[in-house]
Amino acid sequence: MERNGAAPPDEVAAVLAREGQHGPVIHATNRAARLAGVTEGARVVDVKAICPDLHVEYADLAGDRLAQERLMLWARRWCPWTVLDGPDGVILETTGADHLLGGEAAMLTDMEARLSLLGLSAQLAVAPTWGAAWALARFGQVRAVCPADQAIPMLDPLPVAALRLQPETLLLLRRLGLKTIGSIAGVPRLSLTRRFASAELSANPLLRLDQAIGRLAEPVASADDRPRIRAEARLAEPIQDPTAYLPDLCSKLCSQMLHHGFGSRRLRLTVYCTDGELSTIEAATSAPVRDPNHLCRLFDGKLERINPGFGFDQILLEAVVVEPLEVVQTRFDGSAEDDLHLPRLIDRLTARFGERAVRRPVLHESHVPERAEVAVPALCDVQEMAPPVARERPARLLRVPEEIRVLYAVPEGPPVQFVWRRQTHRVTRYAGPERIAPEWWHDRPGTRLRDYFKVENESGQRLWLYREGLYDDGRGGAPRWFVHGMFV
Amino acid sequence: MSHLPRGEAPVLWVQDRMSQKEAGRPYLPGLGRRTVICVEVSRPVDVLWALEEGLRCTALGLVVGEVWGDPGALDFTATKRLAMRSEHYKVPCWLVRRSASPDLSAARNRWRVVSLPSLTHPEDPKAPGDPRWKVELFRSRDQRPGTWVARYDRAADRIDLSAPFRDGAVAEDDGAQWSRAAR
Repeated sequence: MERNGAAPPDEVAAVLAREGQHGPVIHATNRAARLAGVTEGARVVDVKAICPDLHVEYADLAGDRLAQERLMLWARRWCPWTVLDGPDGVILETTGADHLLGGEAAMLTDMEARLSLLGLSAQLAVAPTWGAAWALARFGQVRAVCPADQAIPMLDPLPVAALRLQPETLLLLRRLGLKTIGSIAGVPRLSLTRRFASAELSANPLLRLDQAIGRLAEPVASADDRPRIRAEARLAEPIQDPTAYLPDLCSKLCSQMLHHGFGSRRLRLTVYCTDGELSTIEAATSAPVRDPNHLCRLFDGKLERINPGFGFDQILLEAVVVEPLEVVQTRFDGSAEDDLHLPRLIDRLTARFGERAVRRPVLHESHVPERAEVAVPALCDVQEMAPPVARERPARLLRVPEEIRVLYAVPEGPPVQFVWRRQTHRVTRYAGPERIAPEWWHDRPGTRLRDYFKVENESGQRLWLYREGLYDDGRGGAPRWFVHGMFV
Repeated sequence: MSHLPRGEAPVLWVQDRMSQKEAGRPYLPGLGRRTVICVEVSRPVDVLWALEEGLRCTALGLVVGEVWGDPGALDFTATKRLAMRSEHYKVPCWLVRRSASPDLSAARNRWRVVSLPSLTHPEDPKAPGDPRWKVELFRSRDQRPGTWVARYDRAADRIDLSAPFRDGAVAEDDGAQWSRAAR
């Protein structure tokens, strides 16, 4: 399988490389490179000597794997069962599906045409077994079709490499003088069994031959996608409010999830209006949940957002994102617990107020006060940081520091009196300054340092003030003063 | 601003928008090591809803709600719901009200807290030392009302109550804040 998308032209020798043990090695080649003598698995530096104007790109192995999985699912347009076959193949179980496309040969032509429209060149074969299809696709004729009783005569002339064997076994067979599958089939079975008795499957030519000609079963276990978990209510008459149907739908959904062993992370409620409109609302949970009451309460206060129009006559509730969830017995006597678990509380708060409203502050390594804590999602797992140096910090912090007008005795000293929120406060006592320099790796150049003071006014309010900058630091005019927090 | 009960259980702290603008948000480096789940909502009604939900969760160590002013939603019924739920699930609930009038409420203990000039700092005579407040228990179901001076002892991390204004029974509760606290 080669991707032709933005590939270099065919006449340029190009290869894909991957990291090998001693530097990059060749992962895949194009036709021009193969003709120039480049083989897969060779080192790139060696090959450059043979072919100096070689075009080398790094292979994206993970991306290839994803693309192959997508292609495997896409191939279900021809048949219901498909499965990946190594890094470069897809097996389709087309039994009973070929006549829909006009026979096996016509099906192969159709596949080749559609794959070439995707920019893929493909080698296709139809055979009664997985092994025979593998062999014929790689070593047989173009678009080979092998009837059920023709497997042995069609496989006989193919080289032994068509048996999906390890390189060491291939070397051994070559040394034994067995070059084709037919020659292996001609060897008495008993001697082959004796010679390869302890060899595993990928090193055992006899087992591989049996698989290819159908003596040994090799079923296609289709990689199935997750079950669709949905509950539906079809109503006789259009209605305006789905509230009454929601508990029933939720319990149906939960019983399905229990059956499959899943819990829901995201729910979607869709109503089908009679005037041809759709309306959906979604709710998410912070942990997989299978409790109908909880799921039902997630939609509290959201149902008003549905636009019913002239009413709707079908309600669909589906679990869009599901995760595996084990069955856990919470109490020894099996009785239900009345109280609410913390994740569920978070879910409810999040469902009602939005994700940004429910946060948990955690300490962060920074001297700048507003960066010393960061807000993370409430149930997020973060590494707890060691508490910072024991400087006294206010219990409350204003989100935006509020500017104040001050009177001071000396410019570098604490204020004597200041006006904050249109009230004049006289400073009776103060502590400080504590100088906090800007973090040059975060802040814009020209950010001024801060001198923090803890001051107390005559009525006992304890505030955290700071002066931004110094008088002659050359970063703007006179320093400004701000209130940043309150002490207890 | 308050001395929280001990324990590792998380604290649910619900603020309406006005409280947050006027009095700031809780600041973790000043509160010490403890898990605080902050909820910022816009209306006082939502504060009450979040408090009620939080009181059902016994995993929480404390539920704190802050409401600014005298909203209509915070009536006798609402406070009674909070008080009863708090007693049923045994989760303490503090309702902090600022710039509010002490009107009808079903809170079990209602405190009025005003800050006083702090003590002198032992090392620096110009610096504020341990903070003090005047706390007044002006309505209570099972204790005698009284007025005390509360002093936070930073070294021992506890609040001491002394009674300079009148001879009242010393309450065992750690103080609540500004105007009143449920339970």
